[in-house]
Parts: sequence; C-alpha cells; structure tokens
Amino acid sequence: MITLEHYLFLGAIIFTLGVLGIFLNKKNLIIILMSIELILLSVNINFIAFSAYINDISGQIFAMLTLTVAAAEAAIGLAILVVFFRNLGSIEVNKINRLKG
Amino acid sequence: MVIYSLTFYLFSSVAVLSALMVISAKNPVHSVLFLILSFVNASGLFVLLGAEFLAMILVVVYVGAVAVLFLFVVMMLDINFVKLREGFLQYLPFGALLGIVLVIELGILFLTDRSSNIYNNQTPLQPIISETENTKMIGQILYTEYFYLFQICGIILLVAMIGSITLTLRDKGGVKRQNIDSQNTVDASTAIEKKKVKLGEGI
Repeated sequence: MITLEHYLFLGAIIFTLGVLGIFLNKKNLIIILMSIELILLSVNINFIAFSAYINDISGQIFAMLTLTVAAAEAAIGLAILVVFFRNLGSIEVNKINRLKG
Repeated sequence: MVIYSLTFYLFSSVAVLSALMVISAKNPVHSVLFLILSFVNASGLFVLLGAEFLAMILVVVYVGAVAVLFLFVVMMLDINFVKLREGFLQYLPFGALLGIVLVIELGILFLTDRSSNIYNNQTPLQPIISETENTKMIGQILYTEYFYLFQICGIILLVAMIGSITLTLRDKGGVKRQNIDSQNTVDASTAIEKKKVKLGEGI
C-alpha cells in the first residue's frame, strides 16, 4: 500500500542526491545545474503528493510555478555558463572569482 | 492495489538510480541522458498520482526543452571533462557525510511526527476524485483563482528569455550592416566628392 510517506521519502532521497551532486562535482558547473534540477524535481514530487493527499488541485498549480522557475533558472544558468566559457575557456567553479566575492 | 505498488516501486527505484547516475557519471552527456530518464520516471509517478497534465508538461518542458538545452551546451563547449572530475574523490567523504546527515534528519522528521494526523494516516494515496478531468480542473482554477500567479509565470519566462539572449548575444566585428538613417539623410553635397586627379596618377 502506497501512502503519502512513500512519496515523501522518495522526494527526500532525490533532494539529498541533488545536494550531494553539488558537493561532489564542485568543479563542473553543468552537473551543479543538473543537481539543482533534481532538487526542484523532488520539490515537485512533494507538491503533487500533498495535492493528492489533501484532495486539492492547488498543489499542482504550485508545481507548475516551480517548473517555470526551474526552466527560467536553467536558461539563465546555461547562458551565464556559455559566456563564462567564452571568456575564460573553462567552466571550473573555483575560477569564477572575477568579482572577488 | 498490488499493481499500483509495483508500479510505484518500479518508477521510483529507476528515478532514484538514474538520479544517482546523474551525479556520478563520468561523461556529462550520460549525465544529461540519465537526467532525462529520471524525469520520465517522475512523470510516470505523477500519472500514478492523477496529475496527468503535469506529467505531460514535465516530459514536454524538461525532456523536450531543458534537457536538450543542456545537451546542446555540453556538446557545443569544448571542455576537458577529465580535468573537471579531479576533485570528485577528494570531496566524497565530506559529501557522503553530509548526505547521511541529511537523510537521517529527514528520517527523524518522518519517524517522530507519528502523532500528527498527516503521517499517522495510513490511507493509500489516491488520485483526486472528481468528475472533471485533471487538465480541465487545472484550467478552471489557474485562470480564475491563480490568475496573477499565471501572469507572473509569464513575466518570469520573459525576463529569463531576455536575460539569456542579452547575455549570449555578441557583436562580431567586420560585419557590414545597412544603416537606414544615414542612407536616408544622404544629399548631393555629401554623396558626391570632387577630386582633382593629376595626369598619369591615380587617386
């Protein structure tokens, strides 16, 4: 029998894998962007599981908002990545220190 | 019910395994392909939950647009990926520790909160029971109650589009373009230039 908990556990595992991906691939900006996509996917799974659980469609609307933000974030992130590669010839995250932040 | 459970475990295990492969694959192209697999399986789970419209949107938007965008970028840039993986094993112990702590924390959250009615409820998760279909229900609420949210979504996408275009657009030197303004303001005094040419020499 599949209850809400199963979906929440699945969301938690995918979220953790996303966070782990950011830490393990500290140099590769592309994998970091993909890990962020995984994190947003886990958020979506939680939204839709709760939407089915409380029998309310609003959760699916908010999942759509998350999807929009994820798509916008991917587009901007990849654009920054392309510009960065064009200027420096590499996508190592350690080298992104132009702003001395 | 058994089939529902089996389908859930199938989709979720493939989703988790491919998510694991996304962060551990050597070649980023494989990473993107595993990301696609993960999203497809997640959309299968959405179908199980009765969110067919979102499952479709997930496939169309993610697999069709975002993942292909990732694939384009990975293939277009000439990156030495072997060099980028150098720190992987170095960060593995710290990353594993962090992952374990995160999983334990989330597990504690589930285990301790048995008293509240959300987690204590052992009813199986069912799709929303309604006479209208999922897409129609979303449409009915999206264009009325959440109309401003919908508009803001559009503005976010517009800003993202303008931002990524202005970031990546660059002016190449040496391209001759038509300048209509200067063409229209030409008159006889500027268009014709008189030169005295000496005999036997050019200009």
